Amino acid sequence: MEVNIKSMKREDFKDNEYIDKLVEELNATGANVAVGKLDQLINWGISNSLWPLTFGTSCCAIEFMSLGAARYDMARFGFEVARNSPRQADYIMVQGTIVHRMAPVLVRLYEQLAEPKYVIACGGCAVSGGPFKKSYCVVNGVDQILPVDVYIPGCPPRPEAFFYGLMQLQRKIKVQKFFGGVNRQEKVEEFFRQHPEERGQID
Amino acid sequence: MFDFSIVTNWVNDLLMGFLPSWAAVLVECVIIGVCVLLAYTVLALFYILYERKLCAWFQCRLGPMRVGPWGLLQVFADMFKILIKELISLKGTDRFLFKLAPYIIITSSVVMLACLPWGNGLQIIDYNIGIFFILAVSSVGVLGILLAGWASNNKYTLIGAMRSGAQMISYEISLGLALISIVVFAGTMNITDLVAEQQSAWFLFRGHIPAIIAFLIYIVAATAETNRGPFDLPEAEHELVAGYHTEYSGIHFGFFYLAEYLNLFIVSGIASLMFLGGWMPFHVPGWDGFNEIMNYIPGPVWFLAKAFFISFVIIWFKWTFPRVRIDQMLAFEWKYLMPLSLLNLVLMAVCVALGWHF
Amino acid sequence: MNDIKEKILSICPSATFEEGEYLQINVADKDWFPLAKAMKEDRELNFDVLTAVVGMDWKEAYGVVYYLTSTTHDWDVVCVKVEAPDRKDPMIHSVSSLWKVALFQEREVYDFFGIKFINHPDMRRMFLRNDWKGFPLRKDYDADPKLNPIPKDDEKNEDDTRSYVEDEKGKVTCVPGKVFAPGDYVVNVGPQHPSTHGVMRFRCAVDGEIVTKVDVVSGYIHRGIEKLCEELGYPQILHFTDRMDYMSAHQNRECLCMCIEKAMGLEVPERAVVIRAMMDELMRISSHLLAFGCTAMDLGATTAFFYGFREREQVLDIFEKTCGARMSMNYNVIGGVIADLHPDFVKDVKELIRIMPERIKEYHKVFSGNIIAMNRLKKVGMLPLEDAVNYCITGPSGRGSGWSCDCRKKHPYGAYPQVKFEEVLEYGCDSYARYMVRMREIEESVKILEQLVDRIPEGPIRAQVPKIIKLPVGRWYQQVEASRGTFGVYIESDGGKTPYRVHFQSPCFNLVGVMDLCCRGNMIADLITIGAALDFVIPDIDR
Repeated sequence: MEVNIKSMKREDFKDNEYIDKLVEELNATGANVAVGKLDQLINWGISNSLWPLTFGTSCCAIEFMSLGAARYDMARFGFEVARNSPRQADYIMVQGTIVHRMAPVLVRLYEQLAEPKYVIACGGCAVSGGPFKKSYCVVNGVDQILPVDVYIPGCPPRPEAFFYGLMQLQRKIKVQKFFGGVNRQEKVEEFFRQHPEERGQID
Repeated sequence: MFDFSIVTNWVNDLLMGFLPSWAAVLVECVIIGVCVLLAYTVLALFYILYERKLCAWFQCRLGPMRVGPWGLLQVFADMFKILIKELISLKGTDRFLFKLAPYIIITSSVVMLACLPWGNGLQIIDYNIGIFFILAVSSVGVLGILLAGWASNNKYTLIGAMRSGAQMISYEISLGLALISIVVFAGTMNITDLVAEQQSAWFLFRGHIPAIIAFLIYIVAATAETNRGPFDLPEAEHELVAGYHTEYSGIHFGFFYLAEYLNLFIVSGIASLMFLGGWMPFHVPGWDGFNEIMNYIPGPVWFLAKAFFISFVIIWFKWTFPRVRIDQMLAFEWKYLMPLSLLNLVLMAVCVALGWHF
Repeated sequence: MNDIKEKILSICPSATFEEGEYLQINVADKDWFPLAKAMKEDRELNFDVLTAVVGMDWKEAYGVVYYLTSTTHDWDVVCVKVEAPDRKDPMIHSVSSLWKVALFQEREVYDFFGIKFINHPDMRRMFLRNDWKGFPLRKDYDADPKLNPIPKDDEKNEDDTRSYVEDEKGKVTCVPGKVFAPGDYVVNVGPQHPSTHGVMRFRCAVDGEIVTKVDVVSGYIHRGIEKLCEELGYPQILHFTDRMDYMSAHQNRECLCMCIEKAMGLEVPERAVVIRAMMDELMRISSHLLAFGCTAMDLGATTAFFYGFREREQVLDIFEKTCGARMSMNYNVIGGVIADLHPDFVKDVKELIRIMPERIKEYHKVFSGNIIAMNRLKKVGMLPLEDAVNYCITGPSGRGSGWSCDCRKKHPYGAYPQVKFEEVLEYGCDSYARYMVRMREIEESVKILEQLVDRIPEGPIRAQVPKIIKLPVGRWYQQVEASRGTFGVYIESDGGKTPYRVHFQSPCFNLVGVMDLCCRGNMIADLITIGAALDFVIPDIDR
């Protein structure tokens, strides 16, 4: 099994050892034929319908707007249905610096996203704090507060870089296991163990 | 025109032949149900792609391209994704109503779709009050929106739902009056009869001025009824995040999404039935050869083509016009549109009474 | 100048003067408010604009430096230095009752330095969380991350405010207050909201759909640039300006460069001056195109947004060829510009000049002429001229209220004295006027480009500058006309390699201060259009 993106040569992607390792692992352990095919179908669906949450704090957000505009047109990939409500979005692209005041808001937005959900850290500030690393109130990389799937460096990254990052996310999705991989029910139980007072309040 | 009731009657007779009558009706119901739901899904998916491609072309873009040839599989990818998305339930909401709301909306639009005849005899029940029934069912949808807004326990959804309530109740009046003018003209509410009346020429041409006014009023009111731009205030993205369905995820949101697009088809379908002759082909009096050729195109194609054309116009509105404000929208309805449609109704009645029509 | 001195001495005999770039008046805190009142209301002085409020920590005392401008007297600028008497509990009298712009500016000073302003109605923090420990711009601030770790919990809404009121005997007491009345239905817009143009948060009290009060909660992208600057050398601080108002990156950076050049006494080569002016105007076009697109999009006319972006891409191409980046160009440097123009530059600019007029006509056809757009924008968000001056709303938004405040005309700099252009004024005072000013300014910028494109002089692109730049002791203030208004840079130097204090006076901060005034009585939907027409950029507000 290999992970391919339509009309992109594999050589353009081979620098991503992480995904190659996942593929190897998947090939070694193997999957049930029926479940495996179903997984592939679902992953095809998810990876081709990544709806972003409109979330941008600074310059990268403007480049993201360029990404949606006519020249780069992310609609070609089906990414254009930007949802403003986190409940309906698939991934959060952190565009710009995250400061202390914003950090809890970002975490909350992430928690509000419905599974399966992904995070892309976009631009120097979101990757590491960027030029503001030494500041008294800047979070040095969103990976300190969120699990990040893909990093896109740049200040701000070019639209092409955005696409490259999104395609890396597509490749990553294509090797994930939906059956057995993401199990929301377990997480709910774990949540109730940690917050027994919420039992009965939500179902 | 080819009468599809021959086919449906043949199926009925066939089933009656070897099944008791109750079982035959049951089997027919199941077949019809499957057909309607299938048509619903396919149409909704088609409409989503249709709008995305159209708006891309308006905006000098390409639109979905990479998933399947010309992006045709894009909507299927979206549907797979939406189906497996997590359904979030919230603390502090009215859980029963929260989950009920999307079903009310989807039910209302499925019932409306089921009432639309696609061709001669290609309908489920030929009501003698067909158009009245469709209007009545369409009002159920607003209940779902109000429930969704209220049960979400969120200020944005509540404002969105209240706007939606005010908007739909107001514009329903103009919508109804515009359709009543045509009913006055045709003298029937039975959809089959209404379309049959347009055998010689469409109502839009036969009723000349009052029919054209009614058509324009209907298009405006229908745009508002389906919550589409420039009247998309209930879900005004830039004000209310996502309006009444802000808190819905997964397939619950998918229901709202599908219903929105399907309602677009339904209002376009009604317009095509009432004004543009439904499944009747386009005829020009005197051009017999031309009319003959037009007759070869089957009825359902005519119906769908007209509906898609009107949808195109409504989509065009959405991507061109800015959004109106709630007070401007209500003022427009109550101060201009409704008096105009009342006057138009009177005009139509006068025309009919004096025989000033074709 | 001398008559100003005499006049001020007659009002306040204890004032002392220092000569510098501008006339500097040193005044004690107890005399400050009466002097300010006189300076504003006296007809001969008439300092009706409070241009900048800069909090300072001079180690021996805290204080504030005010820059005042008179619109009637040839745009004279004076600088007033006020020291807080007590270092332990610094307090200064507020001038927010005279100049409304100080309402937010003084809150910022309080947030950074802990200087309490007496008689200020709403003394809350501006940018930092309410539970933040310490005042970061103080020189003795403890930056230990353990004191202020990354917060895990949601921030509590601060509904309590306080003001420090002075009674007749001069005793200051803290009076608590509430931001909203008890029965208010408060809708929270932001920080993550599609139409706040970033991470701005408005808490709106609404009555039905009508907004009765807007409380601006800022600081969701406050990165502490001013503090960062104090640890870096002069060439190193330049890149921060590109990342504040990223839509006026060239102008902001030019402003900082000019301020440093002024302090060094450095002459910039003529070629660099012209290139800078051209880049500024290109940036202005790109910014206004974005503003057009966003206004249209916020109103729901999505297609117009794409038309605006189509031309913006063309401007970005020009930038990319010469500067090597689409955004955050890092092009201006101290003494000139970093790289020479790309060979295609003249050709590309001419092409842009050629297409722009018809494209603007197209925009008007698609959006401005639309009846719905007009109804949404006209008579919405009224900002009368007096308020625009009082809140120091400069730039296209101020000119939409008929206030002639273009820095390129009032304090001419760079290549602008060489070119002929009209200062665009509209008198509608509403959102539509602000929007139209932007559209007409694109035309003016095209005119400026047209005049300059064939007159780019030959020669060096930057002056010789020493490896290590040190500024003499003193304070400098430089203004330029950025895309959204007058952008100011304040530098105070103690003679070292790093600045003692840098303050950026951003136009957007004033713009957001006027939101409450503009939105009251309008509807929730208008909040969005008013914000779009004011066109603020959030990172510029928060810095």
